[in-house]
Amino acid sequence: MGKLFDYRTCPTTGLRVDRAAENLIKANAVVAIVFLAIGGLFGLLVALTRWPAVHFLPADWFYLALTAHGFDVLLVWIIFFEMAVLYFASAVVLNSRLAGPKWAWTGFGLMLVGAVTTNVAVLQGGSSVMFTSYVPMMAEPHFYLGVILFAVGALLGCGVFFGTLVVAKREKTYEGSIPLVTFGALTAAIIAVFTIASGAIILIPTLLWSVGLVSHIDPLIYKTIWWAMGHSSQQINVAAHVAVWYAIAAMVFGAKPLSEKISRMAFLMYILFLQLASAHHLLAEPGLSSEWKIFNTSYAMYLAVLGSMIHGLSVPGAIEAAQRSRGLTKGMFEWLRKAPWDNPAFSGMFMSLVFFGFIGGISGVVMGTEQINLIMHNTIYVPGHFHGTVVAGTTLAFMAITYLLVPLIFRRELMMKKIARWQPYVFGFGVAGISIFMMGAGTLGVSRRHWDMTFADAVLPFDYPAAAYLMMTLNGIFAILAAIGGIMFVVVVVGSVFFGKKLAEDEKPSYPEVPPESVAVSHYGSSETLKIPGTIMLVSIFFVAFVLYYFVNWKYLSEVWPLS
Amino acid sequence: MALTPPSERIWWRQPIAKIELIWIIVAFTWGLIMFFMMIYWHGAGKQNLSNEAYQIKPQAFAQKAQAMIDEYQVREESGFPVVRPPPGSDVYLIARLWQWWPILEFEKDQSYRLHLSSMDWQHGFSLQPVNINLSVQPGYEMIVTITPDVAGEYGVLCNEFCGIGHHNMVGKIYVVE
Repeated sequence: MGKLFDYRTCPTTGLRVDRAAENLIKANAVVAIVFLAIGGLFGLLVALTRWPAVHFLPADWFYLALTAHGFDVLLVWIIFFEMAVLYFASAVVLNSRLAGPKWAWTGFGLMLVGAVTTNVAVLQGGSSVMFTSYVPMMAEPHFYLGVILFAVGALLGCGVFFGTLVVAKREKTYEGSIPLVTFGALTAAIIAVFTIASGAIILIPTLLWSVGLVSHIDPLIYKTIWWAMGHSSQQINVAAHVAVWYAIAAMVFGAKPLSEKISRMAFLMYILFLQLASAHHLLAEPGLSSEWKIFNTSYAMYLAVLGSMIHGLSVPGAIEAAQRSRGLTKGMFEWLRKAPWDNPAFSGMFMSLVFFGFIGGISGVVMGTEQINLIMHNTIYVPGHFHGTVVAGTTLAFMAITYLLVPLIFRRELMMKKIARWQPYVFGFGVAGISIFMMGAGTLGVSRRHWDMTFADAVLPFDYPAAAYLMMTLNGIFAILAAIGGIMFVVVVVGSVFFGKKLAEDEKPSYPEVPPESVAVSHYGSSETLKIPGTIMLVSIFFVAFVLYYFVNWKYLSEVWPLS
Repeated sequence: MALTPPSERIWWRQPIAKIELIWIIVAFTWGLIMFFMMIYWHGAGKQNLSNEAYQIKPQAFAQKAQAMIDEYQVREESGFPVVRPPPGSDVYLIARLWQWWPILEFEKDQSYRLHLSSMDWQHGFSLQPVNINLSVQPGYEMIVTITPDVAGEYGVLCNEFCGIGHHNMVGKIYVVE
């Protein structure tokens, strides 16, 4: 067969890598990391301001920085990186050419212009409306315009992903069904289309309202539809980072899913039920019935939670099965103890898995319980929760796979290996601390998005308990730790991408070690590989923690003023 | 591997390992328990958010609040009227940039129908240190029946960002024996 498109052959995997796809992955990943650095810096400024003894920024700058922080990391960093993941999981994994690279570049351009436009609007000072931009508070028109352009660009990227699936199928670049990682990316892309459509439905009228062409936007309608974008965009992250977990388990261990059927069913549950969770943001609103709230906030009887709990077993289970088949069979945890903890791709991925489940996952379900939400709604418990999901979960997983993309896609040796080795730990524990201490402060009533917890300038005084000050101080300290971890990541990756030793066309990278495909192990159905006692112990601990924490919060709720 | 097509072409016909099946059943059952727990609490629990709400113009809500203030004001504090409405009555709390208006005084263990609405932007009713948190919307009036069961002085904070004075938006509720 002739060369239908410009590709090189990957010396590690033997796959053909479309150069157009490769360049797009590089461009999207680099821009993503730039915005991670910018948004992360804003986040540090926010945390330092909320540290009572430091109280770094003045009020107007604080609200400006918080708006920029939310937009840059929650949307821009993550969606740009997800575009890289989509192109990787389609063209590269499927051994195919990318469909319509020009469309992909157009999408990239729109996203970049949109991201810059909104950032300019925020930095000009007239659009400190927070990431959520709840009406009737109005931002400058170009704030909304930037978000819309960004979303349209992302939609084009999803279209290129779908097109590539069609091309790969038609040109028979693989046999049988698409790989699980691609299936996970497909889940993310489908959720993304729903997300972006919701965003367009509400932000286009809001843009028209901000220029005076629409007279009124109902705040409750806005909130309902906005969260169909706002929460769903976080569900793209969940699907994408679970796909990344499977990808890293495959690349580092040659691990095979315990059951293709179960893992795919779990992804399907995300497509069907995960979106309902936008109701989490509406539990304290007037005018919605309890029936509506209960059905939606529970993702129709927690079926999406079921999906995540399945991945929570099958990802570590696949790793354990692979490790055991290599002879690490002693006791319950030899497979885990002797895992490559000095490989940042693995350590980052495994911490992402644990923190996402224990911190982000449990707190999310508890907070999303209709009545328990009353004692947490809009307190700083909420950012505590989503720093556990989006930062300790998604961002850490994306950082981890970046350590594999640098040698495999950027074709550069990783530099500063010692820093790289420690980076996931510094960042991971920093973020875990941020999440836990914000959640602690939230249970003591500390408000989110709030400049001054001392209420020094308020007419009527109010004092939080001393423990709340301690929590916010610890939050500030751990934010510094996380910021150091973030800087380590940017330095290692940017350094390697621009100054790392170039790999020759047929040269395999020396680090991180990636096993050749032939060691793919743990044949499904063979009884000896499916004994995964360590994983059973891990999920049992998780389950007990989940049940205890859930009922403890009902206990807290039962002690507040009766209301009906 | 998860990066290659499934090795068994007919992967959907592969059996499910026992451990995975057990975990799915456990997780699904736990989901049902959590689901029915919310329904159960509507019957057995004392803390449920009312679904009673109406659309209302800000001026109309302000008038009702002013009528209550005129009738039941007992004193003034830092420029805020302190209002002590009778138990069981309708009580109005205005959220506006950047005040909770007026200060309310309740009797312990008595119930009140608390009406909440905003005059301008979205606000967040955050009763501290009890830690009850509700959204307050312009154009909508939410009515919750509250029964303060501990005497004391409570803060009403705003926990929905509402502009540059957001952090100064502090109100007060007294609960007396």
